[in-house]
Amino acid sequence: MLDLDATQLARLQFALNISFHILFPAITIGLAWILLFFRVRYTLSRNEAWEYAYYFWVKVFALTFALGVVSGVTMSFQFGTNWPGFTAQAGNIAGPLLGYEVLTAFFIEATFLAIMLFGKDRVSNRMHLAAAALVALGTTFSAFWILSLNSWMQTPQGHEIVDGTFHAVSWVEVIFNPSFPYRFTHMLVASLLTSAFLIAGLSAGRMIRKVDGPATALVVKTGVGLAAVLVPLQVLIGDLHGLNTFEHQPAKIAAIEGVWETGTGVPFTVLGIPDEEARTTRFAIEIPNGTSLLLTHEADGEVVGLDAFEGAHPPVAPVFWSFRIMVGTGLLMLAVSWWAAWQLFRGHGLSRGALRALSVMTFSGWVATLAGWYVAEVGRQPWLIYGLMATADVVAPHWQATVRGTLIAYALLYAFLLAAYISTLRYMATKPAASLRMLPAAQLRAASAVTER
Amino acid sequence: METALPLIFMAIMGGALLLYVILDGYDLGIGMLLPFGTAAEKDTMIAAIGPFWDANETWLVLGVGVLLIAFPVAHGIVLTALYLPVTIMLIGLILRGVSFDFRVKAAARQKRMWNRMFTAGSLIAASAQGWMLGSYVTGLEPGLVNLAFSALIAITMPALYIVLGAGWLLIKTEGALFEKAIRFGRYAMPAMGLALLAISLSTPIVSETIAARWFSLPAFIGLAPIPIATLAAYAAVYWVLHRAAIARAGYAWLVMVGTVLMCIMATLGLAYSLYPYVVLDRITVWEAAAATKSLEFVLVGIVLVLPFTIAYTVLVYRVFRGKATNLSYGEQNS
Repeated sequence: MLDLDATQLARLQFALNISFHILFPAITIGLAWILLFFRVRYTLSRNEAWEYAYYFWVKVFALTFALGVVSGVTMSFQFGTNWPGFTAQAGNIAGPLLGYEVLTAFFIEATFLAIMLFGKDRVSNRMHLAAAALVALGTTFSAFWILSLNSWMQTPQGHEIVDGTFHAVSWVEVIFNPSFPYRFTHMLVASLLTSAFLIAGLSAGRMIRKVDGPATALVVKTGVGLAAVLVPLQVLIGDLHGLNTFEHQPAKIAAIEGVWETGTGVPFTVLGIPDEEARTTRFAIEIPNGTSLLLTHEADGEVVGLDAFEGAHPPVAPVFWSFRIMVGTGLLMLAVSWWAAWQLFRGHGLSRGALRALSVMTFSGWVATLAGWYVAEVGRQPWLIYGLMATADVVAPHWQATVRGTLIAYALLYAFLLAAYISTLRYMATKPAASLRMLPAAQLRAASAVTER
Repeated sequence: METALPLIFMAIMGGALLLYVILDGYDLGIGMLLPFGTAAEKDTMIAAIGPFWDANETWLVLGVGVLLIAFPVAHGIVLTALYLPVTIMLIGLILRGVSFDFRVKAAARQKRMWNRMFTAGSLIAASAQGWMLGSYVTGLEPGLVNLAFSALIAITMPALYIVLGAGWLLIKTEGALFEKAIRFGRYAMPAMGLALLAISLSTPIVSETIAARWFSLPAFIGLAPIPIATLAAYAAVYWVLHRAAIARAGYAWLVMVGTVLMCIMATLGLAYSLYPYVVLDRITVWEAAAATKSLEFVLVGIVLVLPFTIAYTVLVYRVFRGKATNLSYGEQNS
């Protein structure tokens, strides 16, 4: 770390911050809709178990949201502290999109979350429902604007450059740029999946420890059902997203697939070790014609290789590996969710093995989401705005010692907070479920005997 | 091309930051006062800000957002110059924001640690904001005098927040905590006065053009209401805090209102001093302004959305009005 130049340090700091940040929206965007679902089920059935589920998970939501807010505030400053050239030259585009995020999302989320958390005895159920719906909409609006900006940086259009400064020509074209619809749906589904595995996994852990109540079973069922439906959908969306990237950012795809030279009938490399100096992939396990088939839907279709972008393509190994971690995690999610769904479908409840598998997969969404973002963001390098603005050209001229010092401070703080977050969730899930109160007294005694063992 | 658009955005930015100072000011103030409460009082103090702090902090994001939207060049300059205090403030805000949630959700034995983090985060954020304000009003120029001035504001700014926090506690609490809040406010007032005085005097001292603009007739007479109103508000707050019987008789809200009035007057004074600069004596609002097309696009959104934002903010303050004694989180565990 000592030999990094200012650009690398600034990137590392921004990457640390944005990686830490995305963990929390990855949960809250999806969890907000799941909370609304719990609230609606409670309203329709008046089954108290749904309300218990709601109040447990709204507290998880609040904690997660707080971590998302504080790390997000940090990001809004780091655009300026780390990349002043970006804000100065592209502020005309980035500013309004971020501004609309603040206006249409942040205030709604923060304000109505208070009603969800503390409004129990102060507002009607209808108002409570409305608050839950507004928070869910707010998180989604937030994703809409920030992903629009990110997508514009990947596939810019609708602008003109006058004296080195970007100006919007058509806001519709800027907002709905080519990669935006794919990235937006991909992220929404990723967040729903992250939350689905979180709620199913924590609840499964609770069942293993025998501190579960009637609400726990409903939560597991919701999580497993959601995951079983959404994982295959995510595979499809991911494929479409990849085709879109192939069209607009071929260098990124070449890095993902490890295609060093342009050619036809390109094989798909399942695993291997990319070696950027020798410009080859060592120990490659290949499927003949695989990449050509995936990207062009023809066995001998032409795929542009990294040789076409000499000196201006992303580092290959991180992109290559991140992609495989994302896909691998996705396949695991598919297997576990279908296995559990099959057991629930047959009506026997979940086996100990399935419960353990779900519990192990609690934070699997984080792994896949982070890996996916590394593919997208490292894959955009060396550009900050694809093809138009190089990352190294807009970095702030800080003392390296300053950046290094603040980087270490952030890293320590984030490691501490992440540990505290995970241990707090685990602690919350080891306490006996409040919905145990719904059980008759005799059963309750038996249940508490188990927990006090 | 000198249109009114950049000025409108300067006003929106100033308004958002002023709202932030007032609203998150009382949150941060209560954070700094937390160690002086008993265990039960601590819970009440937190309950007094629980439903509000999150939205309060969002005004800072809007303020910085408008700086980026409307004055992208200045955004880079200001945040590059304030890199270190900004980073320190962010770490403070992070600690404050997460402690708020962790202290009630983590295991009981950790509660004391999170209470301390809450206080530490609030103090760090308040001081860093003071430093930033001090650097900003002296034109972001380095130098020993400016450094000393920034340090002075960094030390005294927390006092302003403590008076705001005490003012909020006087509205939201009763009994022993109410009495404590009176004392908190009393102790913090002199330092707050120093902060406001220093900020007000700084710009004319730093810049001769500003001095000329203030201390010339007839401008001086036209501007007189600003210092007069500030002094009157200070006297009113002093009076209520030092005659506790008046506070107990139902006039305790005067502390909050008086302090808010002082903040508004200080902001108006600053606005008059700084005009037309975004960065004092360096960049005017027109030089730093974003493209007109971008400003128009955002202004439409602001005009359409901000009234709703203010309306539902008022709604939530109404839902959670009254003394903060029985704020419940709902059921504990599913």
